[in-house]
Amino acid sequence: MTPLATQQLIDFAYIAAIALFILALRWLSSPATARHGVLAGEIGAAVAVVTTFFNPSLVQFRWIAVGLVVGAIIGVPLGLVPMTAVPQRTAMSHAFGALAAAVIGISEYYTRIPHVTRFEMTEIALEVIIGSLSFTGSLIAAGKLQELLPQRPITYKGQNVVSLSVLGAAVVIALILIVRPTFPLLFPAMVVISLVFGVMLVTPIGGADMPTVISLLNSYVGLSAALLGFVLNAKVLVVAGALDGSSGFILSVIMCKAMNRSFTNVMFGAFGQLQVSAAGKQEERTVRSATPEEAASILASANSVVVVPGYGMAVAQAQHRVRELFDILTRRGVDVKFAIHPVAGRMPGHMNVLLAEADIPYDKLIDMENANSEMPQTDVALVIGANDVTNPAAKTDQGSPIYGMPIIEVDNARTVMVIKRSLNPGFAGIDNPLYYLDKTLMLFGDAKAFVGSIVRELSGGGHEG
Amino acid sequence: MPAGFTTNLYVFVLAAFLGFEVIKRVSPLLHTPLMSLTNALDAVVVVAAMIIAGRHETRLSTVLGALAVAAAFSNMVGGFLITDRMLRMFKISGRKKQ
Repeated sequence: MTPLATQQLIDFAYIAAIALFILALRWLSSPATARHGVLAGEIGAAVAVVTTFFNPSLVQFRWIAVGLVVGAIIGVPLGLVPMTAVPQRTAMSHAFGALAAAVIGISEYYTRIPHVTRFEMTEIALEVIIGSLSFTGSLIAAGKLQELLPQRPITYKGQNVVSLSVLGAAVVIALILIVRPTFPLLFPAMVVISLVFGVMLVTPIGGADMPTVISLLNSYVGLSAALLGFVLNAKVLVVAGALDGSSGFILSVIMCKAMNRSFTNVMFGAFGQLQVSAAGKQEERTVRSATPEEAASILASANSVVVVPGYGMAVAQAQHRVRELFDILTRRGVDVKFAIHPVAGRMPGHMNVLLAEADIPYDKLIDMENANSEMPQTDVALVIGANDVTNPAAKTDQGSPIYGMPIIEVDNARTVMVIKRSLNPGFAGIDNPLYYLDKTLMLFGDAKAFVGSIVRELSGGGHEG
Repeated sequence: MPAGFTTNLYVFVLAAFLGFEVIKRVSPLLHTPLMSLTNALDAVVVVAAMIIAGRHETRLSTVLGALAVAAAFSNMVGGFLITDRMLRMFKISGRKKQ
């Protein structure tokens, strides 16, 4: 076969791969077809990888093999992490995706100079800047999610000015390189500065904003892959990058809306700081608390229960106890549903995965809008480890830092039960008037232990757990 | 401006709009698997990395290419693996295991 014919066959294979990628995302629209989507994606990826071996410009396979073996050795364990660790795994895979895009851009620069046009240099510089900052930014995000780094926003005075100057420096260097691509040491300097900027970009952002940050990084990684497609004139990368980028962008918008924040506010606002002053004005208010026995009898006599799980439930590893509660109540004829706020958990959709892992059927998971329309007919709303997303201050108190954020309106249910360790304000340090309502019963204790006690109570004490 | 640029821009714009339309329809239930699946699809960058590592132009490009192959392929393998693990857990009521 002539090299041209081979190249055309390779292109046809890549087009088939792209079609399969789009089908993969299309089938993800419903849990019933989603696994076909994964299969389509896997076939597409396999087609792309296998065909590439036939590329006539390949002269040596040893380093490809080394890379593939090492990649598989890293990738398999990253595919087997527990579901609670999925957010940090995702951040790590953003980092790897950005790393791959950045180093290919770097390699292209050194291969092409001095014969690089201004246009090519612009593409390469942009691609390498975005790839490098996404790489370190994702590493920092993974470190925060894994709790290797402090989750609190780390800030100092004039931070935004400093950070933006660093980015500005990278851009200025890129401009110089576009005019004089061979200027000594400027290219490595641009890479290093972009890496530093990635660190500065994510370090000040708090743990509660991680769903947005992880989505934004996702779209950066997609964008860097698409730009790489421009640099290499490889349409399969342009398409895959555009799909990944638009997915990350859509998720970022959903996350921002769910927190009533703008991108700029997430990136430069350092959430979780301003509340320190507000925490002072505590007045004496009474709360009603209940024992597991009382909670169990209220739940058993209810017709409908909506459970509102938050990240606290996952931290307490309570999801399997919650499933037992779901089973026992369902068997008694109680209608139990789970209301999922878009930012429950540490990444988009994380809570759904944690509940699905605990064998809770997905048709019992309802989104915020449906939950709010059902809430007035709900007998009991049971809040487990979710603070801010149920805080009525978001609707009523203009002074609250979360004012305007859409919430799950548990205060519309007939009875509210909140499982919580103590009355201490949650992660973001925002006081929650929900706890002081007449219809609210506080269930003080560890979520896993408390739900376990309720389950034991309902099953007549015969259950050991 | 290189000749391929305009074509690539067409492809990019169309793919981005297609992406919006398709991904808008993804159930919010599946936003985590969506992110891990798009990560795995994005890892098709491995194709470019393989060419750089196998073209053997300079020692630097071969080493960087191999590094990129490893990074991208780990996403491909890990991304598909975890997406499938997650999706296997999503079950509907009444079809419980024994």
